[in-house]
Amino acid sequence: MSPFLAGITWLLVFQFAGEAVVRLAGAPLPGPVVGMALLFAVLVVRGRLPEALATAADGLAKHLSLLFVPAGVGVMMYARQLADEWVPITVALVVSTVLAIAVAAIVFRWLAGRADDR
Amino acid sequence: MSEPIFSLWVYLAATPLAGLTLTLVAYLGGFAIYERARFHPLANPVPIAVVIVVAVLAATRTDYRTYFDGAQFVHFLLGPAVVGLAVPLAREWQRVRRLALPIAGALLAGSAVAALSAVGIAWALGASPDTLASIAPKSVTAPIAMGIAETIGGVPALAAVFAVATGVLGAVIGKYVLDACGVAGWPARGFALGLAAHGIGTARAFQVSGEAGAFAGLAFALHGLLAALAFPLGRWLVQSGF
Repeated sequence: MSPFLAGITWLLVFQFAGEAVVRLAGAPLPGPVVGMALLFAVLVVRGRLPEALATAADGLAKHLSLLFVPAGVGVMMYARQLADEWVPITVALVVSTVLAIAVAAIVFRWLAGRADDR
Repeated sequence: MSEPIFSLWVYLAATPLAGLTLTLVAYLGGFAIYERARFHPLANPVPIAVVIVVAVLAATRTDYRTYFDGAQFVHFLLGPAVVGLAVPLAREWQRVRRLALPIAGALLAGSAVAALSAVGIAWALGASPDTLASIAPKSVTAPIAMGIAETIGGVPALAAVFAVATGVLGAVIGKYVLDACGVAGWPARGFALGLAAHGIGTARAFQVSGEAGAFAGLAFALHGLLAALAFPLGRWLVQSGF
């Protein structure tokens, strides 16, 4: 069987398991994030990465940005309705994004120590 | 347009094929520009593809619902792609374990700064309460941000708009912020990008370095989990008069 097909099937199985856990537990989380945690736990316990899974996951990760295009288009269509509040919204988004990136990176480096940083 | 060609167009524009093809063609166009620009952050393929699609939809007077009938097949792959982020993470597991302290610290500090600064600035500039509650989870991945907005009295659709806009913004300006801060290591750079700009920042991180991508995926997932727990808890503390 094609490794890509086997890999994508495993990803769907774990997404399915994640959705099932979320529904059963009533947790306010998306199924794929829980599926990711489950798959990660299984991979760490097994200590080995199946090649088929790696092929599919790397293939999807490589073009992750493509998958955000439909949502991005929806945002553009909706964003026109935000015209009267665009100044506070734009300033808040830009400044807080700069601050979040800077703080996360600086705290990370500070706690890691410069030696292990690279 | 002559009659037979017009009816062919009406038929093709109404099938899911049109939206799906448009999405892929626009993305390949955006990616070709990105490659030409040698992966310059300002040439990010997501906003380029989005602008192309929006222009085509406007020119052909197609509504979003019709477009999404086709685009949903691409959108659906986000689920398995997020599950697959476990793979680069498993590869970096030894590294991640050694960096547990910086990961936890950057997660807590970064997520607090992202939410508080967004709400504080929007409030100071006179944004409405709806906007404030919807902008708070803007650095969290869109599906989680929508759920959070709902629990704290915001508008889910607005929260999705802010989350996606933040993702694109972070992916575009991240390199400049990180260079200005003088942070050079891939784990720190990737983690900061995934934390502030969730999936879209993670996509950018993967295009730069697999190692950065692994840490971005980790930050994106941890931030989502933390926010999904912390926001309802925060609301409960406020309501109980703490």
